[in-house]
Amino acid sequence: MVAYLARRIGAMLLILLGATFLIYNLTAISGDPLEDLRLSTEENAQYLIEQYTKDLQLDIPPPVRYFMWLQGVLGFLWGDFTLGVGLDGAPVLTSLSLAIPISIRLVITATILSIIIGISIGIVTALRQYSRFDYSVTFTAFLFYSLPIFWVAVLLKQFGAIGFNDWLMNPVIAPEWLFGLSLVSAIFWAGIIGGDKKRIAITGAVAFVSSGAVLYYISASGWLLTLGLGPVLITIMGFGVALGITQLSSGLSNRRVLAIALGMAVLTPVFYFVMQPVFTVEFDGAMMLLLAIATIGVGVGAGMLFGGDHRKAAARTAAIVAFINAGLIVLDRFMQSWPIYFNEVAYGRPIKTVGDSTLDLQADYWIMGIDTTVHLLLPTMALMLVSLAGYVRYSRASLLEVLNQDYIRTARAKGLNERTVIMRHAFRNSLIPLTTIMAFDFAGVLGGAIITEQVFAWRGMGTIFNQALGRVDLNGVMGVVLITSISALVFNLIADLIYSALDPRIRVTK
Amino acid sequence: MANNDKEFLDERGSEESLEQKETAGLSQSQIVIRRFVRHRAAMTSLIVLSFIILFVFTAGGIQLGSEEAPFRIPGWWQWTITDIPDFQNDGAPTLDVFPAFIDGTGTQIGDHPFGQDTIGKDYFALVMRGAQQSITVMFVIGIVAAFIGTVLGAISGFFGKWVDQLIMRFTDLIITVPALIVGAVIGIQIGNLGVFMLALFLGLFTWTGLARLVRGEFLSLREREFVEAARVAGASNRRIIFKHILPNAMGVVIVSVSLLMSSAILLETGLSFLGFGVVAPDVSLGLLISQNQDSFTIYPWLFWWPGLFIVTIALCINFIGDGLRDAFDPRQKRRITRKDRLAAKAAKRAGA
Repeated sequence: MVAYLARRIGAMLLILLGATFLIYNLTAISGDPLEDLRLSTEENAQYLIEQYTKDLQLDIPPPVRYFMWLQGVLGFLWGDFTLGVGLDGAPVLTSLSLAIPISIRLVITATILSIIIGISIGIVTALRQYSRFDYSVTFTAFLFYSLPIFWVAVLLKQFGAIGFNDWLMNPVIAPEWLFGLSLVSAIFWAGIIGGDKKRIAITGAVAFVSSGAVLYYISASGWLLTLGLGPVLITIMGFGVALGITQLSSGLSNRRVLAIALGMAVLTPVFYFVMQPVFTVEFDGAMMLLLAIATIGVGVGAGMLFGGDHRKAAARTAAIVAFINAGLIVLDRFMQSWPIYFNEVAYGRPIKTVGDSTLDLQADYWIMGIDTTVHLLLPTMALMLVSLAGYVRYSRASLLEVLNQDYIRTARAKGLNERTVIMRHAFRNSLIPLTTIMAFDFAGVLGGAIITEQVFAWRGMGTIFNQALGRVDLNGVMGVVLITSISALVFNLIADLIYSALDPRIRVTK
Repeated sequence: MANNDKEFLDERGSEESLEQKETAGLSQSQIVIRRFVRHRAAMTSLIVLSFIILFVFTAGGIQLGSEEAPFRIPGWWQWTITDIPDFQNDGAPTLDVFPAFIDGTGTQIGDHPFGQDTIGKDYFALVMRGAQQSITVMFVIGIVAAFIGTVLGAISGFFGKWVDQLIMRFTDLIITVPALIVGAVIGIQIGNLGVFMLALFLGLFTWTGLARLVRGEFLSLREREFVEAARVAGASNRRIIFKHILPNAMGVVIVSVSLLMSSAILLETGLSFLGFGVVAPDVSLGLLISQNQDSFTIYPWLFWWPGLFIVTIALCINFIGDGLRDAFDPRQKRRITRKDRLAAKAAKRAGA
């Protein structure tokens, strides 16, 4: 194992050396960094050219200059690390440290969401293979897969932001929209739940009526302007979460786990009123983290104490239920600040198309949270639409492959119920091949999303790379390349290690 | 109940014979073609794509060589991308597909079916030229990457040991080079040579995924008995690679090349959108969208048409790839439809 790791890391360093050398020289021949100045008619142009040439050592040929750059990078060995200075005069390290958090914020939300949603849809389509639902999801997945992201982004800007903000001036859902959206919901749920014709009809009717009612309420009460869930709705949703999670994790027939999960749901309204005075203006991220850990702790504790023979399952279920319900309470608190944000910060146009935060906004934790969310909304949607499709296709194929295995037949033959077969035996194994794809996606997170960042004017890593490349700013390009290539190689290695840990048939020390 | 069981068995029996009868006496490639032809979405996509290619290349004419000294074969469309006719109808599209009884005006194509851009150029001509570029890029990248990826992957997987190590580390190296940099180098250094060179160079950097797949396929195929048999019979390495292993790995190659081509078209449009890759005065679908993204509210058609072509072409390629994957997958069973069951029953009754 140690020998394997040493060999892999050695190879990685060599690849890194070769790749950076290649990229450095490719970038160098892509243009002339002083082109603007050479064409300039200003008097001090000649002076500036000399100055830049001296500062950036442009008189040294690129292959040699690469080693001077490498010396700066290797400086971390003796405490003299530098990535050089960009054409704009700022040290590359400084610009990168400003850009990395922005890129991570943008891409990681989209990646995690598309993994969760994509895999869920993929599982449902695999379980309903060759149904109409499967065909329509497959077609939609292909369609999204074929969309250029810049096109999606511009459309979202037009309709998701400008159109939606205009509509918010008078947020009434027109009858034809109400009908259309309810119909879509009816078809969607009927397709997912499936069954015989009678069941499909019932599911469709229920979905149609309930989503119609919800939409009508939203429209009639102007809910989008005030937002908010309130204790009653949170309690109802809390019970729903408890039932749903128990059904997925251990089945409703397991009375003890069900009782503990419902206990968590009963605690939810109590917790709601206890927390309201705690959620003050001084609340911050550290307290939120503490709260999250405490919630999970409560769930695990309750499960361990009262779980009896099903201790582990109860702890897992209770922790998930407690976490989601606490999330609902926090969401409600954010929503309470929504009217203030809507009227006083956004002036009635909440969905943002440009930038990663409102400039010079000084406000409490809740307002800042909303501000980040409305800025993230559109770019995240654009990124998700495009990457979701891949996950749907891969998880569907992977689950179908697993469902054909002998051990699934064995599981069914020995009388396990379908939920256990799918969730315990099939689903877990179908995730193994997906780890590789996830690792690659996470490797891309640090590099940012060049096109999305440009369309939505985020100053992340992608923007730095794009601008530096346009200006032939070698140090700027190399800074980004260094980070992206290291993360790609490291995640590649991690993927191999996880793969061999999950699938004992694959040995890393081959 | 017993009767039901019997009928079920009978049905199963006829289904199996149905499937065997279907593939009896056919070669591997014939089976693949049959399966592909039966894949409805893939066949539709193939027809649509062929039609688009034919339409696009005949409409705009073909232009070879650089922008400065082009060699042109004129097409059937009246305007070229350099003509600047007068504005008609404020540049709005003159295309009207609805007949008179729906919207009061008759079906017509008009002088500028896709409208005119902000300086008056005919948008149909621009979009046709852009689509040509994208299709060219798609095929050139596909061919170059398929060739390099297959050769390197085959050598790597077949010979193994240090050859494999060397080639795979080289692949890792190429993977880390961002396509944007390749695009920038070509766009600025040799951009005037046109889109063909751009695609050629991009192809030199996009073969990596294919090489890995082909290598994996070769690693497992070379251990099989038929390779052993060929070796015992005295076949040379070259003969084993090209005659025995490669035909069996063809499925993987074709499928992954088709997927590569669909990502190639998105790569080219993305590069051009960012200002690398195809640069003005040349035209590309990504460049058209990039130039017109800010005027969406006033001239929405400048934005819709190029996008529509990108999506349609990419969608067709993706569906063709999916059809090919199904056709090459030996485990893929044909779905037994109701019609087949009825046919089998009828045949049985007739026989009995």
